[in-house]
Amino acid sequence: MAEDKILLAHGSGGRLTHDLIRQVLLPRFSNPLLDVLDDSAKIHHPSGTIAFTTDSYVVHPLFFSGGDIGKLAVCGTVNDLAMVGATSSYLSLALIIEEGLPLSTLDRIVSSIQEAAEQARVTIVAGDTKVVEHGKGDQLFINTSGVGWVRPGVNLSGTNPKPGDKILLSGTLGDHEMAILSSREGFHIQGSINSDCAPLNDLVEKMLDVCPSIRCMRDPTRGGLATTLNEIASASNTGMIIEEERIPVRESVRGLCELLGLDPLYLANEGKLIAICPPEAAHPLLTVLKSHPLGKEAEVIGTVTAENPKRVVLRTFIGSHRIVDMLTGGQYPRIC
Amino acid sequence: MKFVDEFRNKELATALIRKIQTVSSRPVHLMEVCGTHTVSIFRYGLRSLLPESMKLISGPGCPVCVTPNRDIDLAIALTRQKDAILVTFGDMMRVPGSTSNLQREKAEGRDIRMVYSPLDALTIAKDYPNKRVIFFAIGFETTSPTIAAAILQAAEERLRNLFILDSQKRIPPALQVLLQAKRVKIDGFILPGHVSAILGTTPYEFLSREFGRPAVITGFEPLDILHGIWMLVNQIEDGRADIEIQYRRVVHEEGNRIALAKIDEVFETNEAEWRGLGSIPESGYRFKKPFLSMDARTIPVEVDSPKEHPECLCGEVLQGVIAPTDCPLFKTVCTPENPVGPCMVSIEGTCHTHFKFQ
Repeated sequence: MAEDKILLAHGSGGRLTHDLIRQVLLPRFSNPLLDVLDDSAKIHHPSGTIAFTTDSYVVHPLFFSGGDIGKLAVCGTVNDLAMVGATSSYLSLALIIEEGLPLSTLDRIVSSIQEAAEQARVTIVAGDTKVVEHGKGDQLFINTSGVGWVRPGVNLSGTNPKPGDKILLSGTLGDHEMAILSSREGFHIQGSINSDCAPLNDLVEKMLDVCPSIRCMRDPTRGGLATTLNEIASASNTGMIIEEERIPVRESVRGLCELLGLDPLYLANEGKLIAICPPEAAHPLLTVLKSHPLGKEAEVIGTVTAENPKRVVLRTFIGSHRIVDMLTGGQYPRIC
Repeated sequence: MKFVDEFRNKELATALIRKIQTVSSRPVHLMEVCGTHTVSIFRYGLRSLLPESMKLISGPGCPVCVTPNRDIDLAIALTRQKDAILVTFGDMMRVPGSTSNLQREKAEGRDIRMVYSPLDALTIAKDYPNKRVIFFAIGFETTSPTIAAAILQAAEERLRNLFILDSQKRIPPALQVLLQAKRVKIDGFILPGHVSAILGTTPYEFLSREFGRPAVITGFEPLDILHGIWMLVNQIEDGRADIEIQYRRVVHEEGNRIALAKIDEVFETNEAEWRGLGSIPESGYRFKKPFLSMDARTIPVEVDSPKEHPECLCGEVLQGVIAPTDCPLFKTVCTPENPVGPCMVSIEGTCHTHFKFQ
């Protein structure tokens, strides 16, 4: 790597994060389960396939409109499991607490964890607490790991998509990242944008009931839709064409993007999913999505192509085409 | 979204493109001065929709990109001083100086903070009365009134720990230098919308008077840009060279007098150094007497002479002499993760835009 120190941009979820993973981590730990880089590892066992994942949460501020670090820590890991087809699961919970954190703050967050776990129907079965000196952490960091059984007969992976497949998006882009930004000091944005932070496992279960042949699901978190689609295009060696006018973005989020010069395609989401399915399954899947509270604004946003392998192309509002690359540089740090 | 969706209408865009194709009878080279225009042109793939005989050239309108190494080196030296907090806009963090950048300095432990408004620098100065808070002020005429307003407020509140490292620039003198240098063929200018909302049309009159070039002050949505291009092409075909306004919903001939008065209260024009273009008379500012005590350039620090990367062609890109793809470093050594020059850093930098959208 060109840098000799870790920069905040290494945590952006974009190209620098990828470089860090591919250049520093993967060479040491390379194995078939890890190398596919899906949201969860799938461990095959005679009695079924186990999904296993872990995620750490360092969001700042701890509380934001539509959620907090606790809710995020449950939903994020539940969603990573759901994206490989494990819809009921067990979590571990590790808290790294900075000395001086008000107990009432911790209590609020733990209540939120409890509520989110109940909503997601997951059980927290292991945990750990550590306290670090004042100034050595930032109030609270959380790690959750999760395990779950992958539904039999389901095979979701970024390597699966084929030309002709349809790309579905479950709702509006950018709500989470914009909620975090507008909750931060110094932004003074009036009117609130709520984070979309939500557990997607129930929605995924209903989608798989109707269409077990879904090829791939991902939740477009850091790096946004653009980065996630690029990852899938790369893993499956296909191209993708998406339609700008089909991609739902809330008006308030678009407004803020215009103001800050950001692109909604690169904003982080915490309660949205991308599903890629055979063309004949697109319509029934869209119906399932639209009838679920977390998929009301779902759309078929594009198609997998044989042309332009490993590239994502956007057809703009005005009918022109442009290539959509993965996030470079990094928009804002510590959004999840 | 109101005032946005109306300007991204496919049918109207198609109609405008057809009109441009019908009117345009000869090859033309148009410069879009502003980085926001460059981003919009790429984001909406406008180049691919225009006649092949029409060449759009990106100009020097990215304030981050034109900030010379000398100023970045000075900012870094200032952050290394005891009890200093450097405050700046986000894009400046990654711009390479001669040997380091602000992002790396931050990772080394210097207190460097990103803000969205110059007024945030005031708040920080009030919150840390025992620290020297230095605002690294970059920007064109759009940003300068707010910077001036922050300085006026700081003076009124007698804030003694706020300093300004002024690296602001004025657009019209740079256009004059580009035309005088004759290194690049420019038949007309797509002028920046927001800079012109402050300036009005008068400061651009030299373009037509002295150089016989038409110009259209243009908005940033795809229909604005296509409309602006159509107006420009019409002028060229008619043999006219006027300063016209397409972006009527924001820009008036006389500009924004209140904003101009704020700038005038704090600054007087001065020679300024631009990356790639060198020193240009009247293209920057210096503090007027009552505000001299806020000038961060008076803080004694030692800075080595600036060093440019020998192969970086940002300067040529900023003048429109070459396209980013003509630079041997583009995409090979110079990427948004590892930028060699500022044009690859800023979200409005020409190289970054080419990298991201091509």
